Amino acid sequence: MTRQSLIMQLIRNDRGGQIFIGLLIAMLLLVSMSNLLLPADSVLHLSTYAVTLLGKYLCYALLAIALYLVWGYCGILILGHGAFFALGGYAMGMYLMRQIGERGVYGNAELPDFMVFLNWKELPWYWFGFEHAWFAAVMIVVVPGILAFVFGWLAFRSRVTGVYLSIITQALTYALMLAFFRNEMGFGGNNGLTDFKEILGFSLQADATRVGLFVASGIALLLGYLLSRYIVSSKFGRVIIAIRDAESRARFVGYKVESYKLWLFVVSAGLAGIAGALYVPQVGIINPSEFQPLNSIELAIWVAVGGRGTLYGAVAGALVVNFSKTFFTGFIPEAWLYGLGAIFIVVTLFMPKGLVGLWQRRAAPLKAAGAA
Amino acid sequence: MTLLSKMQSWLRPAQHEPNGFVPAGPAQDFGSHILREGEIDASHNVILYLEGVNVSFDGFKALNNLTLYINDGELRCIIGPNGAGKTTMMDVITGKTRPDSGQVYLGQTMDLTSMSEHEIASAGIGRKFQKPTVFPEHSVFENLELAMHTDKRVWASLTTRLSSEQRDRIDAVLTTIMLGEQRAQRAARLSHGQKQWLEIGMLLMQDPRILLVDEPIAGMTHQETERTAELLTSLAGERSVVVVEHDMEFVRSIARTVTVLHEGSVLAEGSMDEVQHNPRVIEVYLGE
Repeated sequence: MTRQSLIMQLIRNDRGGQIFIGLLIAMLLLVSMSNLLLPADSVLHLSTYAVTLLGKYLCYALLAIALYLVWGYCGILILGHGAFFALGGYAMGMYLMRQIGERGVYGNAELPDFMVFLNWKELPWYWFGFEHAWFAAVMIVVVPGILAFVFGWLAFRSRVTGVYLSIITQALTYALMLAFFRNEMGFGGNNGLTDFKEILGFSLQADATRVGLFVASGIALLLGYLLSRYIVSSKFGRVIIAIRDAESRARFVGYKVESYKLWLFVVSAGLAGIAGALYVPQVGIINPSEFQPLNSIELAIWVAVGGRGTLYGAVAGALVVNFSKTFFTGFIPEAWLYGLGAIFIVVTLFMPKGLVGLWQRRAAPLKAAGAA
Repeated sequence: MTLLSKMQSWLRPAQHEPNGFVPAGPAQDFGSHILREGEIDASHNVILYLEGVNVSFDGFKALNNLTLYINDGELRCIIGPNGAGKTTMMDVITGKTRPDSGQVYLGQTMDLTSMSEHEIASAGIGRKFQKPTVFPEHSVFENLELAMHTDKRVWASLTTRLSSEQRDRIDAVLTTIMLGEQRAQRAARLSHGQKQWLEIGMLLMQDPRILLVDEPIAGMTHQETERTAELLTSLAGERSVVVVEHDMEFVRSIARTVTVLHEGSVLAEGSMDEVQHNPRVIEVYLGE
C-alpha cells in the first residue's frame, strides 16, 4: 500500500475532514503568501503579528485534537492536558535558551542568564543535550509521554475513572505549576524561559521565521489530525469506543482495557507536547502559568464548544473560542471570563453537539433531499 | 503476576477433588498436570471447578462454601430464587469478583482467582450478561468483529485488518443469529431480543470453551425463545454451556442436569424431574 493511498483511505469517508484539510492547506498558502509576497501597505497584506496569532491558534487546535482523542473517543475527561502542553513547551524553551549562547545579558556561553543570576556554577544534568535540536525534538514528545505513561499506568490500573480522574489530573497540573515556580528546579522560576534569539539558526524576529513557524504549526496540526484519524479508524479506535460505551463488556470480550486507555493517553500527551513546543517560539516565552489548572479547563471548553463527535469539531472549537477571546479581550478584557462561561452554558444547554452539530443538522436535510 | 509466582503456579499440583467426587477417566495421577499457555487441561472430564468458594458483601454471604463442577461439553442449567448467588457465581468465574476463599480452576491447571477479566476471557470463558450489553455505537458487524477470538493486544489492533476468513466467520455467525440484514445497523437500534441474539453471537465469535449465559431469553418472543433453546443445545457438546434462567419451561426444554442454588450453596443437583421432586427444593423454591 502506498503512502498516498493510505491518506486517501483515512479521509475518504470523512467529508468534514476533507473540508478541514482543504481549508487548512489553503489558509497556510494564502497567509504565507500575503505576508511574504505582498508589500506592507497592500490591503491584503497580513502583518507578522497576525500570522503569529494564527500560528498560536493552530497550536491550540492541535492541543484540542489531543484532548478530544481521549475525551471524545474514550470518554476520559482529562483536565490536565495543559501540563503536557507546557512540558513540551519547556523542552522547546530549554533548546531555545541554549541557542542564546553568549548573546545573553551575562554573556555566559554555557549557562542561561537566570542560572548565572542565581550564582549556579554549572548546568544541571537535566539540561544536558538540549543544545541539540534533535535531542530537544525527541524530548518534546518523550517527556510528556513518560509523565502520561506513569500517571496513566497508576490511574487506569487502579480503575480511577470519571470525575475522580478529572480532579486528579487537575491536581497533577497544579502540582507541576508549583514545582516549576521554584527557582531551585532550574527552569527559571516564575519568569520561566524567555529572551529567545533564534531557532535552528534562524532569527526568531525575522518575518520568514515567523511564517515558517506558522506553517510548521499547520503541518503539525495536519499530521496530528491524520494520525488521530488513523488511530480512530483502526480496530484500536473501535475498541476505544467500545470501552467508552461498555467498559466491562470490553473486558469480558478479552481486551485489556488499561493498556488501551494508557496508550491512547500517551499518544495524546505526545501530541499536546508537540503543540506546546510549536507554541513557545511563537509567543516567545514559557513560564509556570502555562500549568495553571484553569488553562486545562478552558481547553475542555474549546472542545465542548466545537462539538464532541468529530476531530475537526475540536479544531473548530479551539479556533472559534480563541478568536473570540482575542477579539473580546481587545475591547472589554474584564468581561471575557464571563463571556467564556456564558458560551459554555449556552453550548451545553442548546447545542449539545456543539458547532459541528449545528452544521451537521443543516447538512442532514440537504443530504436527505439529495437522496430522495 | 511476578515471574516467581508464575513459576509456582506451573509447579502447583492440581487440586484434589473433595469427597464424593469421582473424576471420570482412568488417570488418577494428580500432580502431573502442567500449565501450557492457552491450553485447557480437561483430561479429567471436568472443565470448571469451584470448590469451597466464599464471597461476602458487607457481612451478607453471597456464596457460602459453594462447590460445583461443570463437565466438559455439558449443558448445565442453574436455577434458584433471587439472591441465591447465581450472578455472583458468574462474577467469580469471570474474574469480576474475587472470592474471599476457595478455589476456582479452569481445567486442571488454570487458577482463575489469579487471572484478570481479559485473561480469563482469552483463556476461553465467554459471558452473556443478564441485561444485554452490546456496544451501542458500533454496527452489528463491528460488534462481532470486536468480540472475535484473535490477538487483542494494542499493537495488533492498531495494525491488522480483517482477513477474508475472518469476514467469512463473521458472516457465518450473522446467519446463525439471524441478523444478516441488520449487519450495518447500529446495535443501539436493535430490539431487545435482537440485542440478546447479538450478544450470543459475540459469545460465539469469542470461540470459548465455556459459555456462561445469564437469562438468555428475557424479553424474547416465543419464537425467538425456541430458536435460542435450539442454539444452546446445539452448542453443547463441543463447548460447555452454563445457563442461568428463571423460566422453568425453558429450563425444562433444554436441561439435562439442573443445579439448584440457595443462599449461596448447592441445594440439589440432578435431572429436572429429580430436582422437581426433591422436597427441599420444593420447600424453598418450586413450591412457592
